[in-house]
Amino acid sequence: MHRFANPTRFLRIANAVLPWCVSLTAVLFVLGLGWGLFFSPPDYQQGETVRIMYVHVPAAWMGLFIYGVMAVASAVGLIWRHPLAELTAKAAAPIGAAFTFLSLVTGSLWGKPMWGTWWVWDARLTSMLILLFLYIGYIFLWDAFDDPQRAAKAAAILALVGSVNLPIIKFSVDWWNTLHQPASVVTMQGPKIDSAILWPLIVMALAFKAFFVSVLLVRIKAELAERKLRIMRLNQVARENSRLGAAQAGAES
Amino acid sequence: MSEFFDMGGYAAFVWPAYGIVLLVLGVLALRSVQHLRRAERELAALQALNPRRRRSRQGKGG
Repeated sequence: MHRFANPTRFLRIANAVLPWCVSLTAVLFVLGLGWGLFFSPPDYQQGETVRIMYVHVPAAWMGLFIYGVMAVASAVGLIWRHPLAELTAKAAAPIGAAFTFLSLVTGSLWGKPMWGTWWVWDARLTSMLILLFLYIGYIFLWDAFDDPQRAAKAAAILALVGSVNLPIIKFSVDWWNTLHQPASVVTMQGPKIDSAILWPLIVMALAFKAFFVSVLLVRIKAELAERKLRIMRLNQVARENSRLGAAQAGAES
Repeated sequence: MSEFFDMGGYAAFVWPAYGIVLLVLGVLALRSVQHLRRAERELAALQALNPRRRRSRQGKGG
């Protein structure tokens, strides 16, 4: 792993992988949207609203998955003080927040026609809302410190403490009474939904995953460039100060 | 075709759901690329100011 952790090597690999990821994202999006909107059948109970599932469920999965990525990267950054891990966590947060927000909005748009309400304060929806607040808190915490090292540490601790929420979200539909339907894809008995709707769901999930990798690589590259900029500017200020100091010392003697 | 856009009477829910997904993901991707371009532009400008700062041993990266 440490071979990939060198920023120079990381950039070389990222630049080689990125065009493939972007192409894959585009192909999977066209395939998933076409399948989900045109070719998949309406549900016998939920009618055409079942199509919302093809964006709602993968968005929720990504919200959880990206938080997991962020928590692991934060732990690595905290333990080994690795800047690339810290920047990966920082770069992932807005993408995770976007997917969590989308899962809440699309869920609301699905809940209104099916449950008769936009929102209920039940365990699944509330724990998902808390996930969104954790992402937002994490993003603001990075900006709250002038010193990036202290910001990275504080944000990493928040990310790790917040990861308690992940199993609560996953099992909330089993532990508490809720309007939300129980797990039907990732269960101990395998998927419980028909393959006619399972396949477009999987394709959309892969499209979201490829999108995440593409945007994550772009954001990490931007963070690395920003970090280098900051270091160069600090060096420049230090050089100017020492030149000024030398000139002053020369004038005094 | 109008049947397709009608979404079995649920057009008001299905289309906004897909619309907001594409909008949010599109804006996120666009802003991420813009951020990268800006950072790379500033970096190139700063490196052009201090060419002798770059150690030849490290090559292009560093």
